[in-house]
Amino acid sequence: MLRWILGGREAQSSVELQVLKGHFDIVRFLVQIDDFRFASAGDDGLVLVWNIECLLVLERLSVWVSGGEELCIWDQNFQLLCHRQKHSDTGITALIELPKNCIAAAVDKDIVIYRLMVSADSSVTLTDISRCTDHHDQIRALINVNDQIFASGSHAGELILWDSSDFSNLAYEHILWEESQSSCQSEIKLAAPKPSEMSIQHLTTNGRLILAAVGSGLYVYDVVTKAVVAYRKAAHDSNVLHTMLLSDSELLSCSEDGSVRMWEIQDLPLAAEPASAGFFGMWSFGRSSKQPGPQAKKVLEIPNLKTLELIGDLIGHSGAIQMFLSFKEKGLVTCSTDHLLILWKDGERQSRLRSQALFQKLEENGGL
Amino acid sequence: MTVSASAASHVSLSNNTMIGSPDVVAFTKEDEYGQTVPEPLDLPEEFSIPLHPVADSNPWAKTSYAKFTKDFILISEFSEQVGPQPLLTIPDDPKVCGTFDLNYFSLRIMSVDYQASFVGHPPGSGYPRLSFVEDSRVVLGDSKEGAFAYVHHFTLYDLEARGFVRPFCMAYVAADEKKIMLQFQELSLRFSQASECLKAGNRRAFAKELQRKLQDLEYTHSVLQREEGLQREAGPQCVYSAHTVEKANELANVEKSIYEHRDLLKQISAYHRRPRRDPHAVSCQKCMSECLRECEELLDKYAKLANPLSYRGSGRGLSVDGRGEEGADELDDEVIKRRPSYTPQLIKAKSAKCFDKRLKTLQELCEETFYEATVELLKETERSFRGDLCYLYTRRLDKTLRRKLNIVNFLFEEDLNDNIEDEAETLRPFCAVNHAIDNYMHLNPPHITLGSEDLELDGLNPQGPQDTACETTTTQELGLLGSHLESSPSDQTFETQESSEGTKSFSSDKSLTDHAEKQESLASVNTEGPDPDSDLTPEPDQNTYPERESSSEDMETTAGEDDCDSGQDQTPVSLLEVVSELEARDGDEREAGTRSDLLVPMDSACCMAQDGFLYQATDSDAVLCLSPNSNPNPTQFLVVNQEPHALQPIQDEYTVGSSGSQGPAAGLELPVGPLGDSVSRTSLDDGSDCTMSASTGSDRAASPLGYGASVTLRQRKKAGQGALRFVRQYSFATQALWCLLSGRTLVVLGADEGRVRRLVSALALFVPNPGKTGERVQPWLSCPFTLTDLHRWKLIGLQRVASPAGSSTFYSLSRYSRYISILDADMKTLRCPQYRGQLLATMADHRTYIRHGSTFFLHLQSTLCRLAAQAFLLTFTHHLHLPVSPTEGPEAVEFRRRCFLQEQLGLDEEDSHVLLYLSRLITQRYLQPANISCCAAVPYFSFNYITSILYKI
Repeated sequence: MLRWILGGREAQSSVELQVLKGHFDIVRFLVQIDDFRFASAGDDGLVLVWNIECLLVLERLSVWVSGGEELCIWDQNFQLLCHRQKHSDTGITALIELPKNCIAAAVDKDIVIYRLMVSADSSVTLTDISRCTDHHDQIRALINVNDQIFASGSHAGELILWDSSDFSNLAYEHILWEESQSSCQSEIKLAAPKPSEMSIQHLTTNGRLILAAVGSGLYVYDVVTKAVVAYRKAAHDSNVLHTMLLSDSELLSCSEDGSVRMWEIQDLPLAAEPASAGFFGMWSFGRSSKQPGPQAKKVLEIPNLKTLELIGDLIGHSGAIQMFLSFKEKGLVTCSTDHLLILWKDGERQSRLRSQALFQKLEENGGL
Repeated sequence: MTVSASAASHVSLSNNTMIGSPDVVAFTKEDEYGQTVPEPLDLPEEFSIPLHPVADSNPWAKTSYAKFTKDFILISEFSEQVGPQPLLTIPDDPKVCGTFDLNYFSLRIMSVDYQASFVGHPPGSGYPRLSFVEDSRVVLGDSKEGAFAYVHHFTLYDLEARGFVRPFCMAYVAADEKKIMLQFQELSLRFSQASECLKAGNRRAFAKELQRKLQDLEYTHSVLQREEGLQREAGPQCVYSAHTVEKANELANVEKSIYEHRDLLKQISAYHRRPRRDPHAVSCQKCMSECLRECEELLDKYAKLANPLSYRGSGRGLSVDGRGEEGADELDDEVIKRRPSYTPQLIKAKSAKCFDKRLKTLQELCEETFYEATVELLKETERSFRGDLCYLYTRRLDKTLRRKLNIVNFLFEEDLNDNIEDEAETLRPFCAVNHAIDNYMHLNPPHITLGSEDLELDGLNPQGPQDTACETTTTQELGLLGSHLESSPSDQTFETQESSEGTKSFSSDKSLTDHAEKQESLASVNTEGPDPDSDLTPEPDQNTYPERESSSEDMETTAGEDDCDSGQDQTPVSLLEVVSELEARDGDEREAGTRSDLLVPMDSACCMAQDGFLYQATDSDAVLCLSPNSNPNPTQFLVVNQEPHALQPIQDEYTVGSSGSQGPAAGLELPVGPLGDSVSRTSLDDGSDCTMSASTGSDRAASPLGYGASVTLRQRKKAGQGALRFVRQYSFATQALWCLLSGRTLVVLGADEGRVRRLVSALALFVPNPGKTGERVQPWLSCPFTLTDLHRWKLIGLQRVASPAGSSTFYSLSRYSRYISILDADMKTLRCPQYRGQLLATMADHRTYIRHGSTFFLHLQSTLCRLAAQAFLLTFTHHLHLPVSPTEGPEAVEFRRRCFLQEQLGLDEEDSHVLLYLSRLITQRYLQPANISCCAAVPYFSFNYITSILYKI
């Protein structure tokens, strides 16, 4: 998966970069539409629909979205069905759909569960049925793990698993890096880290594993065993903004430091070695070599703990990378505060496609 | 052309004592032409270096006695008042002709009056007739003066001239006879174009003049009529006084004159319907129809006037008094209403004596736009024939070859686009004026047509039963059409033959011969008149254009063969000629213009104008006169000389600012530190190889041709010097070059702008697909670059700044270090992936024996050209990219490609990268036009993760 993007050691493989210009401000979100289309939305109020095959801006929408302080329900025709007034000062930070017509909304430190009731006259009502209040800080991320479980992460690094049906707390994991409170974590007392270092920016899951972007680190948690699988505190130079699990062993993260990194969950070697930034023999003038510092010095006592090894990174953006979107072998799109989207493609595949096009054209033209 | 021709010329050369008459050089074709056609690409024998020195080994002996410094174009007239006189030379510079006696030469070329115009009334016709005389082309030599000329005779119409015609001639005068002989085709074509243009303008002017004359006559007629009426009223009815009779005669004369002029108008408007024997006389349909329309309007108008006139004329005796008067008044009014710009004048009964009147000048004989277009054409002709034969030939060969390689040309060759347009243009019937008007900015001066066979296809149509020479030519043309195998001493020859025959007994019975020819030509005109096959209506013509265009490629090659053939038939000519050297110097002077003062001492310093030497002088001197960021004046001067196409973007760049985006050109001209490098450069240049410098000297002779491509060629050659220095100075040069050739962006980092710019301009030679104006090269950048810049530029000159601002630059350098290679000009280090290939070792050998920049440039060009050809092969070989069977996976294809690269092309891993990159560029380029809105719109760059190594000197 996406191996090509890192280029094998054999020099033949290559990566192609294409810079997509269209936005005039920070590009925040990417949404995949189908196999080869995606939309990007930015602070400039534009939604652009792109085609990655021939890189065309297919559609240009200008949207204006009201803030997330109220909960509104819209139908397919964009008719407002019902809305609830705001709940707290911070408004709703995350929203997921749960089974049985339920909606979980993260409101400040609480998760509010609503039930959607469609009455006979087809009017929709929302009823507040439950409130989960186990978090001690603002909830930053909320995801469905699978049909039974959903998870939430807070600014203070708390990761809580909830049962989707009775909304009970299944597991509580406080990621304080080396000073984990859970019994299975090794205890390394450090000075209290700044909350921002522990803030869960993003959660992603493949149903079995939860990948949490915690500060500038990554944290992989197994839902089944309810235990941490692997983690790295300093995965990036700055806050991790978006992550993705490519497979059970590979993950991708992007950060404010402008890089996308690819990690592999590997069995712990005898002594964990820090991944070097100069992995590709980069030549550094100084700054960028501040890489994952020495970590995991202590012998970890968890039997199944593995390490996250950096296997490659993508550098191109000059600003924080907000989000990325994988099109599998077709490519990877990243969007950034530098107003650009970059499309990373497999050079080999592209050159093969171009060759095909060339001979096709040659045939059409009947020779040179 | 050929044996007899050269024989004749040798005769003429040896007979220097033959003073009395000009040597008419026989321009015959070889009938027993049975030689095999040599490979068109082979260097013809005459250009290869002879193994044994030829008996007449001094190559300069032949032309050294010419009294003029370079070829020029002379326009002369055979004035009916003062005889032959020169009118105009192109270039219009007295220095060009030197001590060469133009008057004398005019006399010579004009005295070969090929077919004087017919004067007076032909039997059986009541009115004077305009003679339609075809142009004739003769090659003349004046061995005494050391001058040879292609002479193009033509006539212009002038109402006041004897027989309404004034004979003129345009001559291309050169010291090298062979040059003229071998360029005959093209000279003929170009001069025909010029002549057609001039004649078209002349016809219009003539029609206008006729119109004015007719107005005058009508007016006079009306006045006379009134006077006569008055007299008749006053005098007794039946008695005619002498005065009355005189008036009546006068009236009759005026009427006759009116008829005559109307007939002339009719004749001139029928001009286009006339069959043309001259295959080159293809004129623009638009001009033709315009002129025709005008003439017909006039005709209509005067036909209308004619009716009441004739009515009155017939019924004059019976007419009621005063009626004519009224009628005349009406007429007058009508005329004045229609043409308020011209007030008719009374014409006196007796015209002024022949020698009293002032003859019109050439400008007056021709409409202004046409005249200017003609002069422009001739200037262009002069420009395109600069340089010696060898240079012209190689340039042509080069162009033909490059046209064939048009798919890969964009990689390393300079742009040929304008020339391709050219080709298309010359295939159309030429019209200088409409081009000049419609798209003046796109007027492409250099018409390098290799041959005129394409136009001769037209010649098939109008050729009626003519003399035998013409017929043989026709068959030959057919042969040409069929096989392209024959050389083409085309049908101009027959005129030359005629005239050469005619001049055998030249001094004694010139008039007789002339008369005979006259009759003959007239007869042919007359008989051809009703020939149904010979109409030059637009439709069939236009039908033939696409055919011509499609076959243009072949035509070109044929012409190339022609040169080969004819070249081989003649005795080997020396490679270099004094003329060209002189021209080289002269051209440089002209071109350099502002820096000519710098060049003056060079002339005396060395007779072989050496590339580097000259430039160096200017360069180091430029330091004195230019501040580092000022507009590089010399360049701009060059730029102004360019044709508008290329001019546009470059000038833009100059106006943008110094550190903005100047092309590599700008880098070349940038002032250099007065010491430092220029010193080392001198030492490099001192041991330059003479032969090369000499031949490039002739190259430069033509480089001031004044169009885009050649200017960049100049700059590229100059960059060759820099590249050579780079290769010799830096031991890791091959690594850097490999980066450029394999598409890895190279950043040249340095604190000194001049040094960085020089390095960049030298290295720019190696950037594949640098773009027309070098868009892919950024010679000087002083801000941190971003990823998008890497998309745009493959070679960047980056300022090293020590300030905090510099740290961000360094940050970007380190951040993107995986995509770039960094050449530190100050520390003389290079960080880039390792290169172990052999390819570049031969291309840029650190210990190369090449000492001269332009030699090195040529060496590079040939190597790069070969690379491009290999890349072409790689790109368009199907099985190297796509599976041959459905079962085959990409690995098999990959393996095959690798095998091809390594075993068949013998390239190492790294060398393969170069080829793959070039191939990718070709693919991209080839796909581009079709889906310009898609992939091409978004540039991409690709990279490999390869470890970089730091190299030090």
